[in-house]
Amino acid sequence: MDRLLFGDNQFFGVNHMSEDKARTQAMRFQSLDSIMSVLDAAYDADVTTFMCTTHDRIVDVADRFRAEPQRYSRQVVYPCMPYAHKYANAMTEAGIFGAIRQFLPSEGLLDAAMRGGKSLANKDIEGIITLLIDAEMKMFRGLNTPVIFLQNVVVDFLLGMGFTEAFRIFADHVSSRYNAEPGFITMNMPRLLVALDAVGIENPIVCTSINKLGFRMSGGLDSYLDALRNRRFRAIAMSVFASGAIRADEAIEWVASLPNIESMVFGASSRTNIESTAQLVTKHWSRTPELLRTA
Amino acid sequence: MVNVGVVGLGKMGLSHFSIINAHQDTNVVGLCDSSGYILDILTKYTGVSTYSNLETMLDGTDIDAVVIATPSKYHAPMVRTCLERGIHVFCEKPFCLDPADSIALAQLASDKRLVTQVGYHNRHIATFREVKRLLEAGVLGTVTHVLAEAYGPVVLKPKGGTWRSKKEEGGGALYDYAAHPADVLTWYFGRPESISGTVLGKVFSAETEDEVFTTLNWPGGLSGQLSVSWSDESHRKMTTSISIWGTNGKIVVDRQELRVYLRDAADAPEGYVKGWTVRYTTELTDEVDFYVRGEEYSAQVDVWLKRIGDSAVRGTADFIDASVTDEVLSTICNNIDGGLRHLDAQSESSDGQSLSAAQTGLWTRLKNRQRNRRLRSGSRY
Repeated sequence: MDRLLFGDNQFFGVNHMSEDKARTQAMRFQSLDSIMSVLDAAYDADVTTFMCTTHDRIVDVADRFRAEPQRYSRQVVYPCMPYAHKYANAMTEAGIFGAIRQFLPSEGLLDAAMRGGKSLANKDIEGIITLLIDAEMKMFRGLNTPVIFLQNVVVDFLLGMGFTEAFRIFADHVSSRYNAEPGFITMNMPRLLVALDAVGIENPIVCTSINKLGFRMSGGLDSYLDALRNRRFRAIAMSVFASGAIRADEAIEWVASLPNIESMVFGASSRTNIESTAQLVTKHWSRTPELLRTA
Repeated sequence: MVNVGVVGLGKMGLSHFSIINAHQDTNVVGLCDSSGYILDILTKYTGVSTYSNLETMLDGTDIDAVVIATPSKYHAPMVRTCLERGIHVFCEKPFCLDPADSIALAQLASDKRLVTQVGYHNRHIATFREVKRLLEAGVLGTVTHVLAEAYGPVVLKPKGGTWRSKKEEGGGALYDYAAHPADVLTWYFGRPESISGTVLGKVFSAETEDEVFTTLNWPGGLSGQLSVSWSDESHRKMTTSISIWGTNGKIVVDRQELRVYLRDAADAPEGYVKGWTVRYTTELTDEVDFYVRGEEYSAQVDVWLKRIGDSAVRGTADFIDASVTDEVLSTICNNIDGGLRHLDAQSESSDGQSLSAAQTGLWTRLKNRQRNRRLRSGSRY
């Protein structure tokens, strides 16, 4: 994995600090061109991995990547599934299984439709999960997706219930069908590591909030530091700036000082911000710019 | 250790199960739902015992506390069953569709010294709590007007097959969405005396309202407006915001950001200045032990479990608080002609048998008790 990964919260009206800011960003990124110009800026700054949710609008971004294979020859995409609000809003309206049915492939692939109906009828969770993964992955066909993530809402929800078998099903499917490594996003990192261990997922890629403030680090900063020192896993730090509550320089210097962090994911809306973040990572962490690309 | 059962395994029930199951002070000893399908899956993959009937679950396990997250029309009978057996209850919102049930159950819980809470999670959001503190400190001077808004993308086309699209089961934007900002209003300002100018608008739904607009009046001259739509696609998810005007300035708050404008900050709490002060959730929120979908969902369960441990019968969003909100919702629901409705009058007319809380003197007794308690404990809420 690259040292620096580019996230997508800024494009879709997600800001953990301000609804106004989120709305302003959502308006600014109304057009695909404005999203692409920021992604291009990241690419040109050697930040060539785009870690994105399976939001409907990513379909258009993926089309652009496919349309210009030369321009985006080094582009890597880490899909993060599912875009949870899509399911949550559908669940309120249609109930849990109504929502699942809504997102299972229903046309075109007769086989998938059959598999879906059968899986639902037989309570075959493995069948349902794999079909949902396939439905989410459709938009990425032909792109380089070496790591596929399960979003934190789903990971943490399953973790709390003790439904950890689902992690193994997810991991097996993304590696066998997509030849990708499974990744897990969580707000409960130390606890998740124990659960992944228990279902036999070794040295997992785990993306989690890691910041100087302890923001969204459930179980406390110390338990995170302890896990970083003593557990075997590949950590990606997110919320490094705690949504802007920590100065960039200070935030990156602190994260770079921690052991065992392989990458950090960040969001930015301008070329200047991307370049300055890349410079800070080079300064505090990689020492040489080449390391930005491959940790 | 508190032994907990969860009834109703939809979105909220499963979310509570996840949070409570991960909690260090609890055992989830039973899950109950009418769908055998979901029970089979949960038994198989989580190992927790499942039941298709509440009574069977209560008979078959040693349960101290129950979470009820069934469709709203089942709340009252299920809550009663649990309370009569001496079980603490956390009930999803809205508490009861008929305020006479709310008041009777609040009384029953109070008599049996049981710890109750309703899932009004906004009361556990740091920014909203900070506003409660500021209001109690009187920073705005005399509060003159409040606007409570909630918008989100739930019903965006003309269909819907669940209980949420059925009016008689407590579906619709009033009980589903408006309940939240309405509860913030009763939490901040107590019980309004009247409701008027209600518009329950349909956008896409056939049987229920998709929009709620209404005016509330409190004793002493404070007025408020509620503006709610669950058919607003411009929001990614439910967004609740409250704006409050007073003689000394204004507060605008949502779950992430708190903006306070003060004309005079001489008596304001530390950190608040003349003019604008802006504070964010990142600075105000306490970390939770286990996070699923917003700190407030974990925090509300923590508070309830801690109250059970401490035998703290009164607490924020308990059945008594929720009964006030239920009275408001029921009055809005019955205000279809938009005329002026007093909260008490409505209770009398809807059911000749039931006594309103004001008539039984429950509010006065509870208000005094609450005030005494606050003085004793210096409660944060």
